[in-house]
Amino acid sequence: MTHDVLTRVPAETTVGTRAPKKQRNWAAWAFLAPVVVYLIAFYAYPLYRNLDLSLRDYTVRSFVRGDAPFSGLDNYREVFADATFWPALLHTLAFTFVSIAFQFAIGLALAVFFAQSFRLSATLRALFLVPWLLPLIVSASTWTWMLNSDSGIVNTALAAVNIDPVNWLTSPDWALTSVIIANIWIGIPFNLVVLYSGLQAIPAEVYEAAALDGATSWQRFWRITFPLLRPVSAITLLLGLVYTLKVFDIIWIMTKGGPADASMTFATWSYRLSFGNLLPEFGPGAAVGNLLIIMALIFGLLYIRIQRRQAQ
Amino acid sequence: MPISRKATASLLIATCLLAGCSSANDDAGDSGAAPTGDYTVWDPYPQFDDSSDWVKLLSQCGTDAGVTVKRTGYDTTDLTNKALLAAQQGNSPDVLIVDNPVVSTLADAGVLTTTDEVKVDTAAVSPNLLAAGQIGGKTYGIPIGANTLALYYNKEVLDKAGVDPAAIKDWAGLTAALDKVKASGKKGITFSAIGTEEGSFQFLPWFWGSGANLTQLDSAQGVAALTLWTDWLKNGLAPNSVLNNTQTTSWQEFATGDFAFSENGTWQLANAKKTGFEYGIIPIPSQAGGVAPAPTGGEFVTAPIQDDTARYAVTEKLVNCLTNADNAFTTDTTLSYIAATEAVQTKQVAENPELTVWVDAVKAAKGRTSDDLGTKYPKISQPLWTGFQAALSGSANPQDALTTAQTTAAAATK
Repeated sequence: MTHDVLTRVPAETTVGTRAPKKQRNWAAWAFLAPVVVYLIAFYAYPLYRNLDLSLRDYTVRSFVRGDAPFSGLDNYREVFADATFWPALLHTLAFTFVSIAFQFAIGLALAVFFAQSFRLSATLRALFLVPWLLPLIVSASTWTWMLNSDSGIVNTALAAVNIDPVNWLTSPDWALTSVIIANIWIGIPFNLVVLYSGLQAIPAEVYEAAALDGATSWQRFWRITFPLLRPVSAITLLLGLVYTLKVFDIIWIMTKGGPADASMTFATWSYRLSFGNLLPEFGPGAAVGNLLIIMALIFGLLYIRIQRRQAQ
Repeated sequence: MPISRKATASLLIATCLLAGCSSANDDAGDSGAAPTGDYTVWDPYPQFDDSSDWVKLLSQCGTDAGVTVKRTGYDTTDLTNKALLAAQQGNSPDVLIVDNPVVSTLADAGVLTTTDEVKVDTAAVSPNLLAAGQIGGKTYGIPIGANTLALYYNKEVLDKAGVDPAAIKDWAGLTAALDKVKASGKKGITFSAIGTEEGSFQFLPWFWGSGANLTQLDSAQGVAALTLWTDWLKNGLAPNSVLNNTQTTSWQEFATGDFAFSENGTWQLANAKKTGFEYGIIPIPSQAGGVAPAPTGGEFVTAPIQDDTARYAVTEKLVNCLTNADNAFTTDTTLSYIAATEAVQTKQVAENPELTVWVDAVKAAKGRTSDDLGTKYPKISQPLWTGFQAALSGSANPQDALTTAQTTAAAATK
């Protein structure tokens, strides 16, 4: 965005006379300054620091003194060689894609459902937004209680229909599934709201025409709604991806990445390395964080590419 | 013109909001020039506000030393990183009260003064408590008090099961008691085996109680300790939820009145009185019999290094004020801690005989960073908690889980 402004301003000034040009330039820079300062202070510098952290051999001593020796890609090598790496990568991908698939499918189904206004539809739609309104610590803690092996309501309900209790949060086979379920529940409102507003933008005439041609509602969905919703779907999926990749609170509150790393993702691993232990390991922690950023970046570039192709 | 003036004014206000402008109303009292006016103290007790005995004591110590104490309470998990960042920026507090296993980390970072530099007399402190703050023959602080773990029991549940808690002296006796409780229809024991430092803290009394050593996680003794826990879960003597229990949630389970035992700390004493059932406390037994060494909890009063070494004179007064016998008694009562010195412990027991079992437990206790482990401890603790989580959740047997843990720990501490 800054790039746009920077290049446009001089182009415009060449039209004007010589004297006000300089002045206008100054004014342009003055207007630009807050954004530039903001971007540097809150985006560029932290990113640079994170990169720097990941390329140095930090111990607590060198962290305090600021004289950590440059160690190249040692932190990355250490992270790649760590026994936690492959499971954490797998969990991160599974968590992200399964969450997104369900969030999007359920969100879209609900959006289509609510698009046909009926009595109480506004009230019901509002109810679906509840997960969004609750602070994450509240919803995650509630999920923890509900999924408790011994006194949770879910196991009590299962017992009522004679199903053996499941160790939702404490069994290595279920822990990841449990946090995914909670995350899907939390992510549905976002998909619902964005897709619903996307549906509003599809002109009603198209549906009318289709109805006149005798299209079934199934055909109307696949031939009209789905294709016309594609740009909105793309951005919903991208935002969902970036958001889900870095989900931390839910997992940390519900399982702490356990039992024994069974639900550890890159986000929780990065946190545990940097802050979750008595002895912080900032270097490897920053390296894992950067891997997450790279993953998000790849998806972002993929989105831009798809968007370009669509535009052509 | 008026517009631009307005703009300037609002800009100024905005800048002030961001940068924190201090105008004429600087703190009353000291006229500013001398840097000795304000002394900062950071503690991990955010639960105490200005009206609490603890903060009043801090202010009083400041007044006695002729300075103003500025106190900030942080969440204990935040404090390590806050202290490291402050040291990096060169604005460490004058007095830092910090969890005992963190002392070695901060000392290793070169953040703390030794008790020789800031003259603090540690002679009266019990050696087993002081050890957590000693690295390479130097002492980096003085314990303000200590807490540790023991077993709370529900008297009613034990009576019904026909168990005499006083007769439990070793692991076999405890497991037999748990079996009887289970047979009587109640639940056995609850503890915290969560995958964080808290879980390791709770596992250590059993680990050390078997005679195992942190430098060899997969020794036969270590495996025996983990097998004890794993068998309890397997046989339904402890609930599966221990894997996700913090010490607080484990306490909540005990407070329901269904459980016979809870492994928990001194700090739950006040809550124990609120449960509405009769409770008692026994020390954690070791495998062969007798009191198992539990890890010490509780904080150290430390003095971070300052650029201006002239400040140490006042810091010394503050530290000594906080830890002298009279004040330690008040503080430890407020915090529900056991004192770090024999003299004050005796006074505590005289005042409240209920504390006897805790004083015994503290005497047998051991610092996690003791034995000169220092900053190696965190690198051992993490594989350890991953290990017992693997065994308890059934993804590995105790022997394999600890062998993996030992391999990881050995590589990390190499």
